This record gives sequence, structure tokens and C-alpha cells, in this order.
Amino acid sequence: MTELSAHLPQFQHGQLTENFPDNHLSNTNDNSERRRHDNSERRRNDNPESETNGQPQNNIQQVVEQDEEEDEELTLKYGAKHVIMLFVPVTLCMVVVVATIKSVSFYTRKDGQLIYTPFTEETETVGQRALNSILNAAIMISVIIVMTILLVVLYKYRCYKVIHGWLIISSLLLLFFFSFIYLGEVFKTYNVAMDYITLALMIWNFGVVGMICIHWKGPLRLQQAYLIMISALMALVFIKYLPEWTAWLILAVISVYDLVAVLCPKGPLRMLVETAQERNETLFPALIYSSTMVWLVNMAEEDPEAQRKASKNSTYDKQAPANQAQNEDAEADDGGFSQEWQQQRDSRIGPIESTPESRAAVQALPSNSQTSEDPEERGVKLGLGDFIFYSVLVGKASATASGDWNTTLACFVAILIGLCLTLLLLAIFKKALPALPISITFGLVFYFATDNLVQPFMDQLAFHQFYI
Amino acid sequence: MTLAVFFGCTFIAFGPALGLFLFTIARDPLRIIILIAGAFFWLVSLLLSSLIWFIAVKASDPNDEQLQKGLLIFGVMFSVLLQEAFRFLYYKLLRKAIEGLVALSEDGCSPISIQQMAYVAGVGFGLMSGAFSMINLLADALGPGTVGIYGDSQLYFLTSAFMTMVLIFLHTFWGILFFHGCENRRWWEIAAVVVMHLAVSGSTFCNPLYVGSLVPSYVLMAVAATWAYLLSGGSAQNVRRFLLCLQSGASPQPGS
Repeated sequence: MTELSAHLPQFQHGQLTENFPDNHLSNTNDNSERRRHDNSERRRNDNPESETNGQPQNNIQQVVEQDEEEDEELTLKYGAKHVIMLFVPVTLCMVVVVATIKSVSFYTRKDGQLIYTPFTEETETVGQRALNSILNAAIMISVIIVMTILLVVLYKYRCYKVIHGWLIISSLLLLFFFSFIYLGEVFKTYNVAMDYITLALMIWNFGVVGMICIHWKGPLRLQQAYLIMISALMALVFIKYLPEWTAWLILAVISVYDLVAVLCPKGPLRMLVETAQERNETLFPALIYSSTMVWLVNMAEEDPEAQRKASKNSTYDKQAPANQAQNEDAEADDGGFSQEWQQQRDSRIGPIESTPESRAAVQALPSNSQTSEDPEERGVKLGLGDFIFYSVLVGKASATASGDWNTTLACFVAILIGLCLTLLLLAIFKKALPALPISITFGLVFYFATDNLVQPFMDQLAFHQFYI
Repeated sequence: MTLAVFFGCTFIAFGPALGLFLFTIARDPLRIIILIAGAFFWLVSLLLSSLIWFIAVKASDPNDEQLQKGLLIFGVMFSVLLQEAFRFLYYKLLRKAIEGLVALSEDGCSPISIQQMAYVAGVGFGLMSGAFSMINLLADALGPGTVGIYGDSQLYFLTSAFMTMVLIFLHTFWGILFFHGCENRRWWEIAAVVVMHLAVSGSTFCNPLYVGSLVPSYVLMAVAATWAYLLSGGSAQNVRRFLLCLQSGASPQPGS
């Protein structure tokens, strides 16, 4: 793992894909970043060192040389818990999206399209509709690619402020504007009368606490909850504004893109990761869902547990420069694994916002000497983009499928299995892998198969009350 | 209809399964994964059998009622066989997984035994099967309507819920029996599971004559339960001890 320790910094991709002023899409960047984060996150699972490192004083080298099988087994056991740590938030996000789709009709109403998908699908012929949706998907994906490259360029030329600003703006948009719309629609659905003053107070509090939790420090659960909520909000926007065929095509193409961007040597994400590695920098965790807190360095000897808890999620880089220095060391020891991970993740996902927090967060990884470090505490991270696209798939399934709940359930199980397989592959190959392809492929296959094949069968069975 | 029926049917159908899940599966991440993978395998088997049925229906005359019903019956039987085939495939997969876990473990034993996996796989199959049968019904039960207004049975929702519950239990027990048969090379146990499944599905062909489908299914469930219990190492003595709250091998103590 020593080679990993070199990759101290984590990449923080700024909002790579899109730089738009447009509210809707500003989050796509986040998505791609998140996806990449996800990839790097998954690599975290691979780190067996912490598990096998029973003695405090063992250095990584020895750990590596230890029983590889132990590592693998521990990785597997370690992995099972982390799979569940990812299942729960993904499930929650999907539940929120499906519940909203089913109850709030706003998100299934056709109110126009985004400027990124200019071609309408209300055409006379099927061929025309197919052509339009292909064009829409092509435009969307090229925008994402351009944004990714832009982010890589920004990162390469060290325009951190721009990236940071981009991130802040998009979180602001999500946390204030989109949640305001969401709340408004929920009130309309349930016919709740609300005055603007109370509403302003609620949105203000929600937004400010969200900004603090996501970009600065906050209780872990609260930060996780906020990340899930903004992923759900973003997914709902996509579900509303993407016409049907375009949405499915975009999902398919984005999985391919994810695969290519992460695994190809010339992929933008990979370049991003490598650049980050060269610079020994970390990336922003603001667009990454993390299941555990980040540790502070140099705390191990006393009480890693307590300190782990104390450190929370990300500490602002600027506020803890000393911490960073220490963090770097700590990272080198044990965090190196996650670093490379994150870098890979970043490279895969593309520009991810890099916030000082993520830097601190990354650097705050436990040092090698922390023997009492519970490997399971290391946690797993998943990019928010993955959350978003999973939820888009399931949400679209519940919104438009004739099979309704059966289709939704089938897509849900398919996505979870895809996630499980991805984590398993991660444990086996121990390198960065994209999170989207397997899950989205399974999801799409099951959506179309269940909707067209299984649903008529189940309908007939229910009609006659036969059971299989 | 509406909420009362919805909640009643939900808890009848899924209550015991939810209890099983919460008390035995939810705590262990590995078991949750096995559960979801089991659900996935069932889903794939359903997909394939629906594909076959769909092709058969498309290739036949849609106006011939008898033919369509016959095709449906064929579809049901084929689906049952395919489900059992996928149970066997899942068994193979879990066996490999156990070998992997054993090879990687420090002390040479797997964190989960094949019997536990059998149980969890059975619950996975059962939950998915029950969910697919019941969920759309429950969604409809939430809305307004009158059951059986055209002369059909008024007990539709209730009997569906009971049938779902018994199927979930049956899948759990069949999982245990099936894996035990595979482990110990007792093919007659596997055959018995397949025959039982065919019998239960076949009995539903008498619906809406519910006494013809529910009663045999519950009887079969009791049989399968006893058999699975005995195979898992249970005995009449264990049951007695449990009921009398005895500690094993010690004198009776109050409660535990």
C-alpha cells in the first residue's frame, strides 16, 4: 500500500460537467463528480491494511506483506458491512424520490424541457421521436464531457477558487431554490396553507444548515441526510424535465461514459486523478456521500475512537493548516489508500468540487499507528452522481411504468444488486471502478423486461388469482 | 377498501416476514446481501418464465379463451420449475461463496453456514414472490372501490393476503429443504420441494374456491415447517423446552 500513500491529496473536482448558469444542470457536474467519487469511494473498501494491521507499530509495508488471504477475507467481511452502508442511503434516496413522484403530481407533469434537451418528443412519427431523443442525449452528454474537460483544465491550472465558487453556487441553488419549489409543491398537494414569512424562515434555516453541514462541519448523520436530500431533489428535477426516451438514453449513455472516463488511460477523470496525485492534494468531499467521519491525524495514540468522533466530517482546510500537515502524514500511512481511491474516483467522476474540507477530510485519515482503528470505521463513500442517477431510474420507472410498483421494485432490486456486484469487483480488482454501468444496465434491463414481459403475466395471474 | 383493508392485508401478508427479517436478518450485513441476491434470482426466474409465456401468447390466437387460460397454466407450471432451477443455481453460487469465505477466513470457518444461507435465501425468494403478487393489489386497495362488484368473490384481498403469507413461509421452508437436499445429495428432498411447489401453485387454479387452495397450502406449509425444523436440528424436545422456558440441560427456570 505504500504506493498509495503517495497519493495523499484527494481530488476534488469542481463541478465539472457543467458550468451553466442554468439551475437545473449545474448539478450535473456534481453528478459526474459524485460518480467519480463513488469510484474512489469504492476503492476504500479495498483497504485491508487497517484490518490486518493488528499491531500499532506495524508499518504499511509489513501490513501489505501480511497474509493476503486475511486481507481478502477481511475485505470481504469488511465489504459486506460497507455494502450495507451504501444500501441504506441509496434506498432512502430512492424511497424519497418514489414517494414524491407518487404523491406530488408536479414532478410528473410536463412543463417544458431543459435547454440541454431542446428537441421535443411530441412528434408525429416514432422515427422522428427516436431521432430527437438521440439528439437530446447527444447534446446532454457532450455538455457533460465539455464540463468534465473544463474542470480538468481548471484543476490543472490551479483555479481552485473558480471550482470552489462553482460548487458553492450549485449547492446554494439546490438547497434554497429547488427545496423552495419542492416545499411549495408538497404544500399544494396536501392543500396546506403557508405564509411567506414562515416559509422564508424554514427555507433559510434548511439552506443555511445544509450549506454548513455539507461544506464545513456538521454531525455526520445530518450531513448524510442533506446529501441524500439534495440528490433526491436533483433526481426529481431530472425526472421532471427530461422527456421519456431522452431520459433512458441519457442513463444508458452516461453509464458508458462513466465506464470509459474511468477506465481509459486518457479519460478526463483519470487525468484529474493523476494530477491530484502529482500534487498530493485532496479533493472536495462536498459531493461525496461518506458513511463515516473523517479522522484527524495524530489522534490515534490516545483515543482514536473519541477523536474520530470528534473530528466529524470535514474540517475547513484554511482553518486547520497545521492539521493538514499532520493529515498529510497520516494520509501517507493509512489514508494513502483512500487517497488514490479518491483520485481514481475523481478521475472517474470527473471534476468534483474540491473543497478544503475534503482536503482536510482526506488528510484527516487515520495514521498507520492507529491500531485501534476500527477498519469498519473507515467507511465507504459514494459519489452523489450515482445516487442521482439511480434515483432517476427508479423514479422514472415508478412514474411511467405500466407495471407500476412491480417495475419499481424490480428496478430497485436490480440497482442494489448492481451496486453489490460493483463493490465485489472493487474488492477483487482493487482499482477504481465506475459505479454506474452495472447498476444502470441491470436497472434498464429490468425496467423494460418487467414493464413489457412480466407485467402482462402478473396481470393475468392476479386476474385469475393464480400464484406462482 | 382504503386504509383499513390496506394495512390489514399488508400486515397479514408481510407481517411474519417482516418479523423474520427484523429479528434474524437485519443485523447481519452478509445476510442482507444474501437476501437481496435471493430476491434477484427469483426475479430473473420470473423474467425468463414471463418471456416464454409472452412468446407463447403472442404466437397464439388472442381470442381463444380456453387456449389463453391453458397457456397461463402452462406459464405457471413453467415458472415454478424455473424458480426451483434458479434456487438450485443460487445454491451453487452460495456454495462457491462459502468456499471463498472459508478460504479467506483466519480460523478456517465461514462467518455464515450453509443452513443460515438456505434460510435467508428462502426468505429472499419468498419476500420477492410475495411482493410481486401483492404490491399492486395493496396499491389498489388504498383507493376507492367495491370488491367483487361484478359477482366475483368479496374476499379477494383477504385471501390474496393469506395466500401471500403462506407462500412466503413456504419459500422459506423450501429453501431450507432444498439446500439440505443439495448438500447431502438427497435428491428426493429436492423432488419433494418441486412437487410441493407445483402442488401449491396448482391448488390456486381452484380459486376462487378458496377452500381448495388455502387449506392445502396451509397444510403443506405445516408439513414443510416440521420437516425443515427437524432437518435444522430441531426436535420435539427442543419445542417442549422452548415452550416451558427451560434452559438446555438445566432445571426449569422462569422466563429467559
